[in-house]
This record gives sequence, structure tokens and C-alpha cells, in this order.
Amino acid sequence: MSPRRTETGGRIDRLRTIRFTFDGAPYTGHAGDTLASALLASGVTLFGRSFKYHRPRGLLAAGVEEPNALVTVLRGEVREPNIPATMVEIYDGLVAVSQNRTPSLAWDIGALNQLGGKILSAGFYYKTFMGPVIGPLKGTRFWMFCEHFIRRAAGLGKAGTAPDPARYERMNAFCDVLVVGSGPAGLMAAKAAADQGVRVILADLEAHFGGSANWSGESIDGMPAADWAQRMAAQLAGNDNVRLLPRTTVWGYYDGNTLAALERVTDHKEVAAKGEPRQRYWAIRAGKVVLATGSFERPLVFPGNDRPGVMLAHAAERYVNEYGVLPGQRVALFTNNDSAYRSAVALKKAGAAVVAIIDVRSDVSNEMRRLASDAEAELLAGHAVVATEGGKALTGLKVQRFDAVSGSLSGDERSVHADSLLMSGGWSPTIHLASQAGAKAEWDSSRQAFLPPKPTQRWIGAGAFTGSFSTAEAIAEGRAAGLQAAGGAALSAPLPVVEAVPGDPDPAPVFEIRAKGKSFVDFQHDVTAEDVRLAHREGFVSVEHLKRYTTLGMATDQGKNSNVPGLAIMAEALGKPIPEVGTTRFRPPYTAVSIGSLAAERFGDLKPERLTPMHDWHIANGARMYSAGLWYRPMIYGLPGETVEQAYVREAKATRDSAGIVDVSTLGKIAVQGPDAAEFLDRVYTNMFSTLAVGKARYGLMLREDGLAFDDGTTWRLGEQDFLMTTTTANAGKVMQHLEYFLDVIWPELKVTVTSVTDEWAGAAIGGPNARAILASCVTGTAVDNATLPFMGIVHGRIAGVPVMICRLSFSGEMAFEVYSGAGYGTRVWEALIEAGKPFGLVTYGLEALGTMRIEKGHVTGAEIDGRTTARDLHLDWMLSKKKPFIGSAMMDREGLIAPDRLELVGLIALDNRALNGGGHIVEALDEVNPHDSLGHITACCYSPALGKYIALALVKGGRARHGTRAFVSDPLRNRFGPVEIVSNHFYDPDGSRMHG
Amino acid sequence: MLITCPYCGPRDVIEFTYQGDGNRERPQPPSQDLDAWNAYVYDRLNPAGDHNEIWQHSGGCRAHLRVVRNTITHEILSTAFARGGHKSADNRAEGRS
Ligand SMILES: [Zn+2]
Repeated sequence: MSPRRTETGGRIDRLRTIRFTFDGAPYTGHAGDTLASALLASGVTLFGRSFKYHRPRGLLAAGVEEPNALVTVLRGEVREPNIPATMVEIYDGLVAVSQNRTPSLAWDIGALNQLGGKILSAGFYYKTFMGPVIGPLKGTRFWMFCEHFIRRAAGLGKAGTAPDPARYERMNAFCDVLVVGSGPAGLMAAKAAADQGVRVILADLEAHFGGSANWSGESIDGMPAADWAQRMAAQLAGNDNVRLLPRTTVWGYYDGNTLAALERVTDHKEVAAKGEPRQRYWAIRAGKVVLATGSFERPLVFPGNDRPGVMLAHAAERYVNEYGVLPGQRVALFTNNDSAYRSAVALKKAGAAVVAIIDVRSDVSNEMRRLASDAEAELLAGHAVVATEGGKALTGLKVQRFDAVSGSLSGDERSVHADSLLMSGGWSPTIHLASQAGAKAEWDSSRQAFLPPKPTQRWIGAGAFTGSFSTAEAIAEGRAAGLQAAGGAALSAPLPVVEAVPGDPDPAPVFEIRAKGKSFVDFQHDVTAEDVRLAHREGFVSVEHLKRYTTLGMATDQGKNSNVPGLAIMAEALGKPIPEVGTTRFRPPYTAVSIGSLAAERFGDLKPERLTPMHDWHIANGARMYSAGLWYRPMIYGLPGETVEQAYVREAKATRDSAGIVDVSTLGKIAVQGPDAAEFLDRVYTNMFSTLAVGKARYGLMLREDGLAFDDGTTWRLGEQDFLMTTTTANAGKVMQHLEYFLDVIWPELKVTVTSVTDEWAGAAIGGPNARAILASCVTGTAVDNATLPFMGIVHGRIAGVPVMICRLSFSGEMAFEVYSGAGYGTRVWEALIEAGKPFGLVTYGLEALGTMRIEKGHVTGAEIDGRTTARDLHLDWMLSKKKPFIGSAMMDREGLIAPDRLELVGLIALDNRALNGGGHIVEALDEVNPHDSLGHITACCYSPALGKYIALALVKGGRARHGTRAFVSDPLRNRFGPVEIVSNHFYDPDGSRMHG
Repeated sequence: MLITCPYCGPRDVIEFTYQGDGNRERPQPPSQDLDAWNAYVYDRLNPAGDHNEIWQHSGGCRAHLRVVRNTITHEILSTAFARGGHKSADNRAEGRS
């Protein structure tokens, strides 16, 4: 038997033992345990070291709000830091480690920080940023000097560096009623709504439905509340119109009643079942939402309130009743309200000695006095705890007389010997989701808590969320909320009967006991009451500034325990009532959300892919694929032992020597059709298309409305009213949207339709001195000679029996043809072309060789049409028609767009015969230590087999005027420096004699 | 956010693409009035409240909609086809020269 496990009781399965490790040591627990409860049962009291001072810390809470016991869970190479041990369900083989300690939890050298407590007080970081005014470490240098040490000393868990192999899913869900929280209120709401026949989703962040029913020790309808909850959940599970989501945290409440939730599907399992994701992100659109999110118990702020062994009172009750674990043998309670008396009775019943109940109130009700005597506890009314004792575990505490009205202490200190101190500072409704939805919280002075106000979205509150802290109220409000949300009439049927320990829900307005020593407000960020006062003395009066200066409430727990006590202390410092100080609005997410769950299918295995019709052929023929957006395209068809450079140089050279073929199916293709199609193209292109003859193609350039270059491509006139526009691969979607916008919004009178036909056509570009001969040998139904198929001409014929459309146009600068066929026949045509090319040594080439040949020709792509360049910058001003207005024509001549020092397209030749890098800068003189001002940058580079040199395209200030001059490439990041010659971007065959044939 | 497309009914905002301030008026080409063009290309109203916007149902029927949306609450007050209701003049005659 483990030292703290009770003989009986709890909702754990004592017959199932589970083995796990914590900080490398083996432990056991039972099915139903959390890491926190299993370790506590095994006698562990020290769970972590605090953020700044490295103080030993134990468990404060039992649920999601736990600020101290943060652990890192390891799964293979993957580490997930900063998970509350209270939220980790144990499984066989679980490996968890503690955080923020060097070298070990028990002996941590960082604890020396405690001696320097004054230095690390509020605003420490800000003061360090500023630093001394003079001296070698003046200004921000001081921060840079300190940063290394601070980063090591202050912190939470370390993130892993290995890629996350887990799979995540996104689900969209729709329901009439979403119930958040499955305590008695949530269960009643879900049941009432489900009985109306509407679609219900019930979500709870815990593994088991029931909320407080699982540990309250109360009874409902004559049975233990936990059994009642289980029965309710089972009934709900039997309904077709109900979806139950355990382990699901609703973390965001957005407009239109859209809520975001994270389901931890397999985090609690040793092995995931086939097909199960690790986590599932739910986007839930709900007609109505019932918020039954309960409340958090608040800590009291007093010296030493962070010592291991000091715990929230309800958390102790939960460890006893839900997990069968006693937090201590000799227990004292410290409270400002009645709820702790119930905890005292529960601990007594479980076998602990309750040595004292210290109540700040002097007038304790007779009912509570009776409970104290039932627990055989000494009642110290009108007293307060002023100190705690012990090292890594509590050994005792000191109490003094206390006046709850003035806050003053009097009389002698008295020692109480205890190994566990349970505190209750009242309760704060969990109003985070309501606050996210836009509602401003309202202070209730009798509850001493922020309550949700009137809803700003379609939600209804129930139970402790509304400040109704008793189970009977929760049950009544839950049923009413469920009925209202489902549109049902009120019921007269009797409500389930609750037997509970009575108590007044209103606490005394006492948040802090001011005595000597560190009293913690924010446990996770190590913010003390004195830090809050210091911030006030230094002039921080707004609650938002206070938060940022002290970092109160800004840790991973987002101040779930500390918000209200922190506000109360500040209000006192300001001499204002709490509602006048105000509160901050809660923002999503409620708890930490994995980035993986947000990316979900858009990453890894399930990312959508676009494959060309010839994709399988490329793979089968040794292509190395390259992903461009969603597309996959061959990069090279490498031979064994070839480097990438060797492969593309061979491919490009063979194309220029004989012939090469490349898959161009990814080019965007848009059918532009209708009586006004030619007029429309005249408006969207800078050059004229209405004059283009049927059966001919033309290269076109589009600008944006602001006059900058947008996209280029060839457009083919297939008929009087029928054009096929091609766009760059990357801009296909953007161009389509651009055209649709103008047709729909600006020029609705134009009779034109645009249709994306990218996926209907397979395209192959075949180029080189022998390209025409290859085509001639396999095309039927048309000639391809110069008369029939001139430059930019279009013919229709057949290849391997498949109808094809052939346009003679060239990107490579060679005599070249683009052959289009129906996508389903792409591979057949491709293979026929390959076969026909065999006698000519036709090579297949990929993106690298394509890029090499276009750089040699000085053609532009997206690297040069980068959203900052104009047609003039790219030497495309010859395409700007003066005969008509077009999109961008009014704006393209603005002063800044025609300035002489603009970056212009040029060619570069590396004079040191070494490869250049994209992104490298061009400078006038070489100084590797202090590079001169950049003249521009390299946009594309390659080894040119045609020139036998390393060349590049670049955008350089006043580029044309620099032709024939020398400059230097300066690329300190990649340590590439060297001389280059600036030349025209038309490196190869500038007069185009090769493609014109 | 739900936008009710007149063709497709109420659809999630994820299906739509924001296409900007719906109050802009495009000068009629061949106007070279740079102030007017500047206003059209760069000036945007940024009201805290009801705003007249253009959205495209890009993940659906691809129609452009004129949407009145409250920028504070994200409430959609009205939706209609942008086509037809827009102030753009018929500049077809000026388009040819
Ligand atoms: Zn639509």
C-alpha cells in the first residue's frame, strides 16, 4: 500500500496497476489516476521549482488550473512541456519529467535566486532592458549581458526540437445546443435539451463526466453524486441526437456562436488505435450554448502560501474522494468562507486528523461550528495564518489573531503542527468563455467575485458559472437552461433531490494576510503581493499595465488562480473598490492549444497535393520531385551518381543541342469566352488582344490597379470569341480571382465568362533544334512546317490518335512547341512524344533545366515579378500599349515608379567562376566586414552550359546604365563574396534567331 | 461568421475571400486624375460599426457579394450580389479608342 492511498474509496480501479516513470524513477498508480494523484499517493510532495526564485512547489490544485506542478511528457523523441500533472492521465509506460531545475528537483542550484529576491522583483526585466546609464554595460548591453543567465534561470519547460510525428484532425460540427461543462448543471442541461429532440453536444475537459459530482461527497436522488452523474452520462450516450466529448476543452468562443474545442483523443493511451489522431480540433457552430463551466477556488495570499503541502481545500477533497489519496495525515484548514468546512469533514471521514480550522471570520455560524466539531477540529475563528514552516514539505504553520475588517494582526503567534494546509479564499466563476464572447464581467460584492453579465451572444449560464454555488441550484438552473436553449417549455416534474453539507456561498472580503515574508499571488509567474504594491508605487495604476509590468496572470495558466486576488490587492493599494479598478477581458485560448491541432490536415500526410497527368510517368522514370505550392513537378531526371547541377546542365545542354521535353501541365489555364472576350482582354492586359488573329497566340502582361506588374503568360485565340489564357503556375488562382472581380463588380456589362481549365489540359513543351522533326514524325492531321505553323501559330492535329492542340511558342529560346491534350490522355501523348524523340536523343528535363534556360534567355518569372517591380523595371515597357487604357495604366507612371534609381533587371556573370546564390546582394566595392549599401539583389542563378559560366538575374539600381561594369556580390550569411560583371539580362541568342528558326 | 450567399445560403466565412471596401469608386478610364485613382486604390474606410464590403464566395459559387458587416460584432446585416448594384459606369465606349 502506498503511503497516502486510502484503504477504500475513490473512483479509481484498484485492481489495475499502472507503471510509469517520473524524473527517471519508477512509480505505480491505478487506472483513473492522474499523474498528480498517483505521485501524491506515492508520497511525492515536490513537483516543481518556481519560475523566478526556484522555490520548491507542490500541488496547489487538482484540475486544469494547477499552476505549480507542470511537467514535460516524453514520447520517443517528442517532448511536450508545461502540462499540469493534474491533467495527465497515467498509462503504462508514461514518461514524465519535472521542469525548471538544475540538476534535480530536490537539489536545485537556481534556488540561490531566493537570496537575491530583491533583484528579481516586479519589473525586473524592464529595468534590465534599460540598464545603467553609463559604463561598459550601459543601455541594452546590460540586458544582453544578463540575458544568457536569466534565460537559463527563469523559465518553464523546454520545447522539443524533433518534428512531431503525430497526426491531428479538424472536425466541423453543428448542433442546436452545445453544453460546456458536465457537472450537475451541465448534465441536467444536456439531458433537458436532448429530451426535446434537438442535436446536443456535451463537452468536458476532464476524462469523466460529472464535474464536482465526482468528488463532492454529496448524494443526488439517494445515490452518491458520482454514481448519479455516471448514470446521467450513460443515458445521454444512448441518445442518437447527443454527441459526448470527454477530454475536450472548449477554448474559444467566437462570433456567430462558433466555438473552438480541443479533444485529446489518445494522449491518455499507451498506444493509439488504428486511425486515431492524437488530438482533434473541433469547430462547433452552435444554435445556443449552455455555459456550465463551474468555478475556481481562490488561494489566500499569506506568507509562505506556496510551500509544498499548502493546497486548495476543494483539491484535497477531490484527491480524497475521486482518487482515494490523502494529501496529509495532520491537516489544517485556512478559510474566509464556509466551503472549507465541507472539505474538513471529507478529510476527517477519509482518515486524516483535522487539527485546526483557521477562519478569518470571528462570527462563524453555528452550522459551521457543528461541522468543525464533527471533524474533531479546533476552530480558530478570527485568526489567520501568518507563516508556514518546512523545507520541501510542510511541517507546521503559525497563526495569529486577525481582524477581518481592518486586516490587522494581534496577539502572540501560535504554532500548529500540520503536514497539510488547505486553504479557501472563496470562489470565482469560470467566466472565460462568456468574456471571450464579448460580455464584460460584473463584480458581485456579496459573492466577492466577477459574475457573467447579460449575454452578448446566444448563451445561457447555469450553476456555479452564474455564482450559484450549491448543487441544488446547479441542477435547477441546468435543467432550465437546457430547456430554454432547446426551445422547450418549463417542466413541472420534480428535480433530483440533493443531500449536501449546507453553507453560505458568500465569503468574507479578505484576500491577503499582510505579514512578513513572501506571499504569492501568481504562483506560476512568482508574483508576490509586494510586487503588486511595488508596481503601484512605481506608477502603474491601470490593471493592464500592472499585468504587463509584474507579469501577473500572464503565465501558461493565464491567472486562473491569481486574477481576483491580484486585483483585490491592487484595489487596496489604489484605495478604490474592486469594480472601479476593473478587470481584463479573457482572450482565447482558455488553455494551451497545440499548434499541430490547428494545422491539422493541412500538414503532412493529409496535405492536399496536385499532380499532373504525367506524374506517375515522372516517378517511374527517375524524376526527383519538387513541391511548388500544392503542385509536384520534376526537378531533375538524375542519372545514377549525378549531382543536381550535373543533371540540369546535361538536360539543358541536350535540349539546346538536339531536343528536350518538359511537363507544363501546371501552368494556369483560363478559358475566356464570350462576345466581349477580346475587349475584356484589352482591358486586363497591357498590350492589345483584340487585334490578335484566330489561330495565333500572344505573350501578354498584366498589371495591378496600382501600376505594378502582376502576371504574364501567353493567350491563344482559338476562335473569334474564344481565348485560352495561360498564367504562371503560382498565380493561377490569383489571376482567376482578379478576372472574376472585374467582370462581376466593375464591368458587369461585359458579356464574358471565365472558366478555370487548368486541370482539363495536359501540357508538354518540346524544344530544341530537332523539336520540329520529332513532332513531324508523330503528329497526324496537320503539318508543322514554318508555313503551317509559324512562330506563335496554333494548329490542331492528333498524336497517337489523341486530338492535340499545338502552339509554337518558346520559353527555352529554342524552336519549341507546346502540345496540349485532354488531361486523361496526357501520358499517352507524352509517351508518344518520348518514343518519337528516341532517334533524336530527346531528353526529359525538369524545373532546374527549365529555369537555367530561362535565365540564359533573361525571361522573368515570379522571382522578378515580385509585387515591387514595374514593366519598365523588367524591360517590358514595349508591351505597354499607348492606344488604350488598361488595368494599371493610370497609376503606372507615378513619379516613384519611373524614378531613375529604381531596381532594374540585369544579368550577372560570376567573374570568379563560382556559383551565385539567390538573395545575395550586389555592392559597388567589397568590404566583407562592413558591406557597402546594397545596389540590389540576385533573383535567380544557375550554371549556364550555353555560356560555360555561373550566371544570375538580378534587380540592380539603375541597372541598364551599369551594363559592362563590375560590381561585387556580398552575401555575408552564406559567406559568398566575389566580383561579378553586370550585363544585359539577355545572355543567350539575344535576337531570338534560334526560336524563330 | 456566417455569410448568407443569395445562391448558396448561409455559409461559413472560411468559404469567402474578402475583396475590400465596397465604397470605393473606380474612376472611368481613360481618366488620368491621379487623386481619384489614388483614392480608389489606396483609401479605405475603417469604420467601427457597419461597413459596406465586397466578399467573393470563392469556395462556392464564386459570386461577388456586397455585404454590410458590423466590424465590432461581426454581425452580417445584409448581403446582395455585387453585380448590378455597383456604381461603376459603363465605360465600354471609353475602353476603345
Ligand atoms: Zn455562393
